[in-house]
Amino acid sequence: MDIVKARNLVFEYIRRDEEGNVEGISTAVDHVSLQIAQGDFVAILGHNGSGKSTLAKHLNAILYPTEGTVWVDGKDTSAEENLWAVRQNVGMVFQNPDNQIIGQVVEEDVGFGPENLGVPTKEIWERVEESLRAVGMYEYRKHSPNRLSGGQKQRVSIAGVLAMHPKCIVLDEPTAMLDPSGRKEVIRAVRGLNDVEGITVILITHYMEEVIHANKIFVMDGGKLVMEGTPREIFSQVERLKELRLDVPQVTLLAHELRKKGLPIPEGILERKELVEALRGLK
Amino acid sequence: MAIIVDHLNYIYGQDTEQAVHALQDINLQIPDGQFIGIIGHTGSGKSTLMQHLNGLLKATSGTIYYNGQDIYDEDYKLKDLRSHVGLVFQYPEHQLFEADVFSDVCFGPKNLGLSKKDAELRAFEALRKVGFPEELFYTSPFDLSGGQKRRVAIAGVLAMKPDVLILDEPTAGLDPKGREDILGMVKSLQRESGMTILLVSHSMDDVAEYVDRILVMDHGRIAFDDIPRNVFSHVEELEEMHLAAPQVTYILRDLEKAGIDVDENATTVEEAASTILQAFGIK
Repeated sequence: MDIVKARNLVFEYIRRDEEGNVEGISTAVDHVSLQIAQGDFVAILGHNGSGKSTLAKHLNAILYPTEGTVWVDGKDTSAEENLWAVRQNVGMVFQNPDNQIIGQVVEEDVGFGPENLGVPTKEIWERVEESLRAVGMYEYRKHSPNRLSGGQKQRVSIAGVLAMHPKCIVLDEPTAMLDPSGRKEVIRAVRGLNDVEGITVILITHYMEEVIHANKIFVMDGGKLVMEGTPREIFSQVERLKELRLDVPQVTLLAHELRKKGLPIPEGILERKELVEALRGLK
Repeated sequence: MAIIVDHLNYIYGQDTEQAVHALQDINLQIPDGQFIGIIGHTGSGKSTLMQHLNGLLKATSGTIYYNGQDIYDEDYKLKDLRSHVGLVFQYPEHQLFEADVFSDVCFGPKNLGLSKKDAELRAFEALRKVGFPEELFYTSPFDLSGGQKRRVAIAGVLAMKPDVLILDEPTAGLDPKGREDILGMVKSLQRESGMTILLVSHSMDDVAEYVDRILVMDHGRIAFDDIPRNVFSHVEELEEMHLAAPQVTYILRDLEKAGIDVDENATTVEEAASTILQAFGIK
């Protein structure tokens, strides 16, 4: 079953000058069709301004298609009667941890979503507990969010989304503002949700290392989907990715350089241990 | 010696119960023309230290000498210091406000009391230095891409003609090509104009690639102050500080363990490739 499906999705916005006169129309998403199966871990890559975030905002009806259709769990996102179901099924986590936390205490913040959904109080507390446990923040439930580190705050944001029991979580550059260990914490928590809870994950990021465990990667450029494949398929195209202002993980780049210099190493190496194995085999 | 930091301490909320010793006995010498990377987990004191260097925060004790003058001296004009030491904050594009790019960059030099003509000359030069295309000089800064906005914001500081440029995570949220462009541009400022650069970053890979020297901050202290290969040889200590080594350093350590004789302290892809090739007898 596809949790998310888009067919010929187009999103245009009108640019206006200071007086409000129309200057032109820009197409941010250009005839995108894609399907994401329930339980998948999908990554979306693309340079700044390639349309990733605009696409993501269609997945929980923050934006509606100018043309084409988006279905979430089989429901058309542009039909008003589906709005609540769509937003409950697809949760969003954004870049800046400080913009997403509203509660004075961690557990209150996480309880905000289900409370808004009208969940009975007893169940809210159960959901808060399981969500905080899922991201490893249960010990911090009584803390004030503003004393937490960036990685911890992002995990609280994720717990807040989890407490609404979504089928799918969209994370738009969740690690852009974090230090290395914060990045690791968040990615580990996200992988856990996917592996253990079976929640569909759609991760938008500029860090190539974060997506090597995805089932599938979509690459966007100029609002269009230009590449689609497994991490190995995508990252074996080092030169093509550079043209798209992207990159490959450092391990992959190193393997690629060594290959160019004549060491017979396979293309598309993604992990340290693969490269070490390949080199050991040559000795 | 351009900047000397001497036994600097800074305490937030000194007379309250929640006093935080944010900087503890910092001693530092920054000669002219060096490219220095500052790393440390969120809250380690990096930004606090940077804000002392251009006089935005005043130390609780200790002092800073800029070109031999004590900046806390009664006669010392902090306004002068700020024109010598330029600070580019995180997400500097949030501070763009003028109707067009050119006026925005003129704002700083005008504020220094320069004539309109001189201010414009400086703005022109600064925009050229950051590689900003001339045909976009009169567009609104808000119509630019993320990377271009950031260039404009950096040009705004460069137009003040600082001798020292401090950049607080200038590449956060940029795509890989955007990161490379900005850091390459900063490197050329150092090379061609002899500017001293202090780069605060969460990307170990970027720091390894560009800087001459790394300061590692941990709990308000300087934990390491050395060239990149020496700093990154302390992998375990760095991890305890919520940091990491560049990915290639981990690969080389694994190779060494697997019995392949490589220089395990290489920190860039280029160095790593060359030591591996050497181990396999390829030049």
